[in-house]
Amino acid sequence: MNCKVQIDKLNIHFGQTHAVKDVSMDIAANSVTAIIGPSGCGKSTVLRSINRMHDMTPSARVSGRIILDGSDIYDRSLDPVSIRRRVGMVFQKPNPFPAMSIYDNVIAGYKLNGLLVKKEADQIVESSLQRVALWDEVKDRLHRSAMDLSGGQQQRLCIARTIAVRPEVILMDEPASALDPLSTLKIEELVEELKEKYTIIIVTHNMQQAARVSDVTAFFYLGEMVEMGPTKKMFTTPEKKQTEDYITGRFG
Amino acid sequence: MVNSDKHRNGDALFKGIAQFFALSIIAILLLMTYRMVAESMPSIRAFGVSFISGSNWDAVQGQFAALPYLYGSVVSSLLALLLAAPLSLGCALFITELAPKRLGVAIATLVELLAAIPSVIYGLWGIMVMVPWLQSTVQPFLIEHFGFIPLFSGAPYGVSMLAAVFILMIMIIPIITSITKEVLLAVPQSQKEAALALGATRWEMIRIAVLPYGRSGMLGAVILGLGRAIGETMAVTMVIGNTPQISLSLLAPAYTMPSVIANEFAEASSKLHSAALMEIGLILLVVTLIVNSLARLLLWSVSRKLGGGAK
Ligand SMILES: Nc1ncnc2c1ncn2[C@@H]1O[C@H](COP(=O)(O)OP(=O)(O)O)[C@@H](O)[C@H]1O
Ligand SMILES: [Mg+2]
Repeated sequence: MNCKVQIDKLNIHFGQTHAVKDVSMDIAANSVTAIIGPSGCGKSTVLRSINRMHDMTPSARVSGRIILDGSDIYDRSLDPVSIRRRVGMVFQKPNPFPAMSIYDNVIAGYKLNGLLVKKEADQIVESSLQRVALWDEVKDRLHRSAMDLSGGQQQRLCIARTIAVRPEVILMDEPASALDPLSTLKIEELVEELKEKYTIIIVTHNMQQAARVSDVTAFFYLGEMVEMGPTKKMFTTPEKKQTEDYITGRFG
Repeated sequence: MVNSDKHRNGDALFKGIAQFFALSIIAILLLMTYRMVAESMPSIRAFGVSFISGSNWDAVQGQFAALPYLYGSVVSSLLALLLAAPLSLGCALFITELAPKRLGVAIATLVELLAAIPSVIYGLWGIMVMVPWLQSTVQPFLIEHFGFIPLFSGAPYGVSMLAAVFILMIMIIPIITSITKEVLLAVPQSQKEAALALGATRWEMIRIAVLPYGRSGMLGAVILGLGRAIGETMAVTMVIGNTPQISLSLLAPAYTMPSVIANEFAEASSKLHSAALMEIGLILLVVTLIVNSLARLLLWSVSRKLGGGAK
């Protein structure tokens, strides 16, 4: 297995709260890994540690290692900004920049690399929007506010904005939980396609969604990773009793 | 049924009281304007439009015109705003985004304290510390090195337009800073995280997520500062030199509308004199209303452009 991200004995505290306990996971390149579990079990917390989002939370303490392509992202010599260029993130609630047009939203992250030629920008905007299947819907109003889009379109715009930066890994934290069923379906199809180029880690509280989109599923409970394995196996013959109880809906 | 009727009565009563107070505010404003127009009538009749365009103010001769005061008020306030706005923004950004939490809170508290200092204290400081310093150091320096520019020509009097600009700047920084701070604090975490997740540095995050989101609120803060500067009386009166003249030079003394009202109203010698002062008050009222309406209009158009997204 070509291991893209390796989480090794990860522990995360918020003040006195021990939110993530001794979690170790190996995540293969170009795969979709789903993280499932009842709410409050530490799914988002683990996910956000993979692009050092906790750096902004003064009370957060992260220990253990997260190896991205052979180097520890928590190594002091590494700049979190450069990590986040390689590990993009899509959030639960669509969060386009309200003061920017659709076009400017897509190019916002890429532009941070420096000045760019208009032609190059046009091309990145088009290809990113094509990839998230939004191009045809918005090509006539690229310079209108991103807030005119529906929730599902906004979320796809946020994904386009993320892939425009050309990351290697994309983290998604319940990306469809605020969307209607049709938009959810579109996001799921998109995840399926994106894994050709990216390594995807997706948090979801929706087990059917995990079953549909992921290759590997990890089940979390109370801050610990109970079990991780091929999705098919996890949903048919899990090894742990807790996993079975959860996926059969006996709790959570 | 009985219960819900009771509630209805309560609601109606409350609505009635609220409506009464809302309407009485409008009534007070209208009455005040009416009284001011009535009291200014002798001056309006005597001078007409030349009251605003002329610059001769002579109580002995019974000649009154307000342009120097209008000019002094507008120029001192706008220049103060021009200096205060970027400083306040920097200060608010430091408090909210850059400083360690405790330091930020300490500075914010200090800034709020500054806003509570009575303006006469600022005036005293201005006249006893700032004006002498301007006269002995700053103005001679400006005259020597930039004297060829009309803005900095003339003699170093100390009391001057420049002194008024500085004192107004210092006085409006606290209010602009503290409102801007609130505006910046209201920027949702999700917006900042969106920028960070794209690989933005802290400064880039401020530039692409924080400032655009907060811009309508910041505009509001700046306009509020302008309103305060235009109406400020005491401190300005103490340092501006109270000379009704229009000079391009910032080093020359000037005069503002509130200052002349405060200085002359008690000893207005004639009916025409008090009417002229009243008319200046009327102009001040109109200018303030225009500034505020302009601000509302701007705010409204900005928030509409954002599609209600940035509330
Ligand atoms: N910023 C934070 N400060 C303090 N506690 C937090 C913070 N973020 C998460 N936690 C705590 O960590 C635990 C896991 O939260 P989270 O990862 O958000 O759960 P999930 O995403 O699985 O619903 C919860 O007990 C939560 O209260
Ligand atoms: Mg979560």
